[in-house]
Amino acid sequence: MSTTTDHPVEQIGGATAKYVDQRLGSNKFLGANLGKVFPDHWSFMLGEIALYSFIVVLLTGTFLTLFYNPSMVEVVYNGSYVPLKGVQMSEAYASSLDISFEVRGGLLIRQMHHWSALIFVAAMAVHMFRVFFTGAFRKPREFNWLVGVGLTALALGAGFTGYSLPDDLLSGTGLQIIRGILQSIPLIGTWAAFLVFGGEFPGTEIIPRLYAAHILLIPGIILALITVHLMMVWTQKHTQFPGPGRTNTNVVGYPLLPVYMAKAGGFFFIVFGIIALIGGLVTVNPIWLFGPYTPDQVSSGTQPDWYIGWLDGALRLMPNWESVIAGFTISWNVLIPSVVIPGILFTGLALYPFLEAWATGDKREHNLLERPRNAPVRTGIGVAAIVFYGILWIGGGNDVIAAAFNLSFNVLSWTLRISLIILPPIAFLVTKRICLGLQRKDREKLLHGYESGRVLRLPHGEFIEVHQPLNYKELAVISAKEDLPVLPASVKTDADGVRNPSYRVDQLRHKLSSFFLRDNIERPTDAEIEAGQAHAAHSAGLEAPLHEYEELDQDPVGHGGVLHHPGMPMTNQEQVDQRQ
Amino acid sequence: MNEITPSSGGNSEPGINGHSPAPAQLGYSPVAEIPHRLRVTDTDPKAARRAERQVAAMFTLSMVFVMLSVIAYVVIDKYAVLYIPVLGEVGASNVVLGLTFGLAVFLIGAGAIQWAKKLMPDVEVVQERHDMVSEKEDDNLAAANYERGKEESGFARYKMIRRSLIGAMALLPIPIIVVLRDLWITPPGENPTEILSTTLWTKGIRIVSDGTFMPVRPEDLPVGGLVSALPEGILEVQEEEHNLNARGKAAIILVRMDPEQIRSQQGEGWDYNGILAYSKICTHVGCPIALYEQRTHHLLCPCHQSTFDLADSGAVIFGPAARNMPQLPISVDEEGYLIATQDFAVPVGPSFWERDKA
Repeated sequence: MSTTTDHPVEQIGGATAKYVDQRLGSNKFLGANLGKVFPDHWSFMLGEIALYSFIVVLLTGTFLTLFYNPSMVEVVYNGSYVPLKGVQMSEAYASSLDISFEVRGGLLIRQMHHWSALIFVAAMAVHMFRVFFTGAFRKPREFNWLVGVGLTALALGAGFTGYSLPDDLLSGTGLQIIRGILQSIPLIGTWAAFLVFGGEFPGTEIIPRLYAAHILLIPGIILALITVHLMMVWTQKHTQFPGPGRTNTNVVGYPLLPVYMAKAGGFFFIVFGIIALIGGLVTVNPIWLFGPYTPDQVSSGTQPDWYIGWLDGALRLMPNWESVIAGFTISWNVLIPSVVIPGILFTGLALYPFLEAWATGDKREHNLLERPRNAPVRTGIGVAAIVFYGILWIGGGNDVIAAAFNLSFNVLSWTLRISLIILPPIAFLVTKRICLGLQRKDREKLLHGYESGRVLRLPHGEFIEVHQPLNYKELAVISAKEDLPVLPASVKTDADGVRNPSYRVDQLRHKLSSFFLRDNIERPTDAEIEAGQAHAAHSAGLEAPLHEYEELDQDPVGHGGVLHHPGMPMTNQEQVDQRQ
Repeated sequence: MNEITPSSGGNSEPGINGHSPAPAQLGYSPVAEIPHRLRVTDTDPKAARRAERQVAAMFTLSMVFVMLSVIAYVVIDKYAVLYIPVLGEVGASNVVLGLTFGLAVFLIGAGAIQWAKKLMPDVEVVQERHDMVSEKEDDNLAAANYERGKEESGFARYKMIRRSLIGAMALLPIPIIVVLRDLWITPPGENPTEILSTTLWTKGIRIVSDGTFMPVRPEDLPVGGLVSALPEGILEVQEEEHNLNARGKAAIILVRMDPEQIRSQQGEGWDYNGILAYSKICTHVGCPIALYEQRTHHLLCPCHQSTFDLADSGAVIFGPAARNMPQLPISVDEEGYLIATQDFAVPVGPSFWERDKA
């Protein structure tokens, strides 16, 4: 297990490091960073999954480019898939079939590519939830949130352009819808559609153009943004959840070398391996069943990839509004769901950190994550947005759901339309109440310990419920709550009768800050917490005579592990020494 | 390179790993408040050796699966089909390659994580953070350099230079946008509105059924029936234009209903004995439609569920579409085949800005 430096490989490694260092000064960086500490939490793996699945996307995608032919020239299929023999199709579709049937391992790589793309977007979405609900986007990490929002939008673009490339009936229908969306844009829409498609739909240009975007433009930008994203994480150091010994000014976790490298590196292979297993075992996008694209055919129950489903749902649920103003047609029924709503959603996402900081007047640096309950309004907004998104997503499958559950899709569509408007505010209110309830419970725990559920009769006849002090972990987590005051109300004119020029803005800010913070349940002071815990310990102590039979050295508050006792290692070094 | 464990710090390369720093020098220190539980592998050498064997076994198995996947690539016929319960009939090569390669990769990861969890130190350590904001002196240096740059270049003084440079930079992107114009190369005189408003249909063109491309007679179509159809000569046009553009606009459906049940049409006598021709391209965002319920005469778009009543001028009765399905006026020629009597009166397919100018 222990290494020796005179091993020949290490000698070569050392010489190389020296050689590179003399030219780049790299050892300064390595010295400072090989021991860099990363905090550990399962939810920090979500971003890793996104990163690793993107690497798999790049690797498998490169393989696919070796066989795929982005051409819309019509050919007659003569491959081994019997049902399509002799059928006219584009070279793009024919080469996609060849990848699936003639190239050994081709179908595996194609399916891995598709699965890893699906996982990439899913992991990004959940990663974004984590960052949002824990307030990780707060100062100093607003820029990285923006980069993340950009990455999410690009991932949707990467997914859609890739999904269109096989030129099968399903993907072509998706492009047809894109054409309709482009045409709905006021003033420039018609021209935009003709420019994108190189003329009339479907034309022969769109596949090669999407290909250029899909394999060069979009992944290039994604790669650049991921680099920036990670460099910022590196520079700013990862946020951490509150816990024992964790403060706003430190990082508690494991050093990069060896623990984090082994865990994160190993996790890459886990993600890669699982994607390969899924690619081998689970069919995705069986393009051979859909047939070649032709603009006058469609299959029923058409469904896009999951991350486009919400946009399709928005298109489905929108009422059929269209107006003609001064002779020009404005298709609100297409424009609103496919351009305006995504525009608002992404703009809102991008601006949120700045809006919240402005509204709450919070200018502090935050390296300690906030528990969702301690920011009830933020958590409520997040849940409301998820509910909004979720209803659109369900709407995207309304025909499938109606068929599966034998419902009238008219009724279903109307239910969803109404839900889209009334459920998000309800979700906001309910979430906020739940958060406040949890805050109250936390306050109780800090002031009185937790209720053990055991009733004790004291010698003089009094009945008490035994309260127990919190264990060190819970105490650290709960007491990390930070309170912010509501920004003061503004005055129109001051005592000297001078008009306050920023009255309206200040007043708006006061109201917003009140909206965010007024219901906050204040954290008790340190002295109150100490007194509360001592009181709980005393109450638990009254019970002690009943437990005399129990082992004396047992951890009296043991819920989160054994308390440290003499002889246990305190550092890596001690642990290594002890083992030897 | 710094070594985490001083015990391994040798002296063969002074300056690189020639010193064995104490933990404090490594940039982190132990978290005193966190109690720590020893693992079995920390206290029992046997358990540690067992963990070592587990890790090594995973790495070794990975090698085995890599070899198996190469063998599978060579040995398994690419057309061979395998029956697997639950999955059904699957391509043998795909499944075996996926399994062997997937496990080979997975086992490397599983081994590495087992190694980290069982054998590497599991004591959490702490490192101090530093505020992102720069030190005051760096701040001042940056400001001083900026001032010097401004002064030396005269950017503030030379108004003409400054303004002309800003102007030049602002105009520079224009050619980049202009050259995108030829993404669509228009022959002279073509404009999108005209293209979107005309189809192959003109007076006298025969209607052929999609698939067989044979002309359709009224008696071929029973009451309640639906046929997807195209203009005669569509294949020649496709051949000539090397694209499917004409088909994308000209596709129609023919339905036949009891003439009594036709409540309205888009033009007087546009049907032929109860046979109606409608565009097949949805007026919402352009999906082709052919889901027809003969009892109600409803036509349903499979993409976004817009529903049209074909017995009532193709009016929208549900869903996001705003426009009636355009109707094509039809008749029969002297040989008794269905023909169009003119092009569509309105543009087919999704709306566009200039649609009502057309």
